[in-house]
Amino acid sequence: MEKIVLPDIPNLDNLDVYIENGGFEGAKKAFQMSREDVIEEVKKSGLRGRGGAGFFTGLKWSFMPRTKTKPHYLAVNGDESEPGSFKDRQIFEKNPHQLIEGIIIAAYAIQAETVYIYIRGEYYNWIQMLQKAIDANYERGHLGEKMRETFNTDFYCNVYIHRGAGAYICGEESALMNSIEGRRGYPRVKPPFPAQNGLWGNPTTINNVETITNVPKIIANGGEWFASIGAPKHPGTLLFGVSGHVNKPGVYELPTGTLLTDIIYNYAGGVPGNKKIKCVIPGGSSMPPLRGDSIEGVKMDADSLREAGSMIGTGGIMVMDEDTNLLDVLLRISHFYHHESCGQCTPCREGTGWMEKILRRIKNGQGTSRDLDLLVDVAKNIEGRTVCALGDAAAWPVKFMIERFRDEFEKYVKPEVVIPVPNKIHSLKHSTFTVESIKISSKDGIQLKLDN
Amino acid sequence: MSFQFTEENLKRIEEARKKYPTSLAAVMDACYIGQEQNGHISEEVMEEISRVLDVPKTDVLGVVTFYTMYHQKPMGKYHIQVCTNVSCMLRGGYEIFDAIKNKLGIDNMEVTEDGKFSIEEVECMGACGGAPMIAINNDYYENMTKEKVLEILESLK
Repeated sequence: MEKIVLPDIPNLDNLDVYIENGGFEGAKKAFQMSREDVIEEVKKSGLRGRGGAGFFTGLKWSFMPRTKTKPHYLAVNGDESEPGSFKDRQIFEKNPHQLIEGIIIAAYAIQAETVYIYIRGEYYNWIQMLQKAIDANYERGHLGEKMRETFNTDFYCNVYIHRGAGAYICGEESALMNSIEGRRGYPRVKPPFPAQNGLWGNPTTINNVETITNVPKIIANGGEWFASIGAPKHPGTLLFGVSGHVNKPGVYELPTGTLLTDIIYNYAGGVPGNKKIKCVIPGGSSMPPLRGDSIEGVKMDADSLREAGSMIGTGGIMVMDEDTNLLDVLLRISHFYHHESCGQCTPCREGTGWMEKILRRIKNGQGTSRDLDLLVDVAKNIEGRTVCALGDAAAWPVKFMIERFRDEFEKYVKPEVVIPVPNKIHSLKHSTFTVESIKISSKDGIQLKLDN
Repeated sequence: MSFQFTEENLKRIEEARKKYPTSLAAVMDACYIGQEQNGHISEEVMEEISRVLDVPKTDVLGVVTFYTMYHQKPMGKYHIQVCTNVSCMLRGGYEIFDAIKNKLGIDNMEVTEDGKFSIEEVECMGACGGAPMIAINNDYYENMTKEKVLEILESLK
């Protein structure tokens, strides 16, 4: 199987090695094509965004205005903060020049003269690596004004790295733009969409690092070649990051549509101690988790995973064995989203806090089964009611984890039932009791033992 | 106590400023540079950034308080960040966090008396394949065990 994004070529981070192995063939070819043809080729390839939403890249590019009246921008999203995903870091380290070549082609297609690569602040060392690669390309005349001569074109672009500073939300495209502008990373209301009103009010396209890294090979080998790899509706390869309870965690580049069990057992070496799998989160922590007994036959591409009841997300596969305490996992995930909520929308700001508090109550042994319903209810009230997708990302793990693992969560809570009892004051009012407080005997009938 | 950027750092800020069409956009880079020079971002640092870039002080404060990697109080010479998010947690992230806390005798976001170490529980740092992991200042240490972590702490002088 040919690897597109991370080929097994040693020292590929060296510009000469990259060029010897066909580097910049795509860019050279692109500059002989019209902008429309480049976009058309990417459309034909069926390339979909690798950042989580899976939107068609060529279509996204085509939203940019054709006639240029204002500066155009390309922002490359390397924020990579989704728990469970660690793929873009491999690109910065092992194949930075292909990313830069992809940037050149994309910038040409959308007429962007300025490109910002947004990288999370924690990746300091990888920022240095990528900056070195960018500098090498400036020297070689692949970037900046010199590229007009190098590629025999009237187009040129400049590439800058913008270093984030530890905010998960900045991976959301409109928060990312605010962060580049030097503001707090609050997501913006859409519409207007970035292609009309992005960075500093100008047309902007935001693409994931992995998405852009696919582009040079698509242009060099043709869209049809790319479309023939992997799952037809979601073609190409994906960088699957496998973590958690597996023998060989790491990043594996495989065609879309590869079986989830194949990735876990054959590539990632299976589960330590041959334990059974209790739960798998297939696309980073915000995607709905799957039960271990339902992963047989599940394929890793956008449509197959949707059918299986989850989403591809960033391809970060988290595996949990049978001894995992899912309450701890869910509490940790909820703590994360509570911590990372930017605080702009009430449902998310308050809801994430309440979900964490309720889960902590259950953890402290004071939860009742009605708390589980309450959690699902809170989650449903966040979902779809916020400016950005962080609300959904916080709600889905709670909603689906409890719905799919209800049996497991019931173990951590006291059962509680609602029974209508005649009340002397309000005769038909419903009252709530824990099951333990109800005593049934043949002599006395039903008796309630009340604590307060 | 006033704060002034060194000549060299002023040049770095000027370089950062050139990347963007507005000076506000250079605030994040300037904050990193200020934090590097001063150890943390005090009010004086923010005032200086606002003066150098000619942006309102409130905008600088807004940025500093939003992003977790900017510290408003001094941190240790070695700032130890321990990931306890799911992938690390599954492989013993909390044991490592506890081991470091016990060894140094400080809690989350505290600094040892000699100012050498500080510890922070952080969210996923994108090294799930090498879980559990810690980062000391800018460097990642992956596939940690309690023993390895304590060994690393010993080696830091």
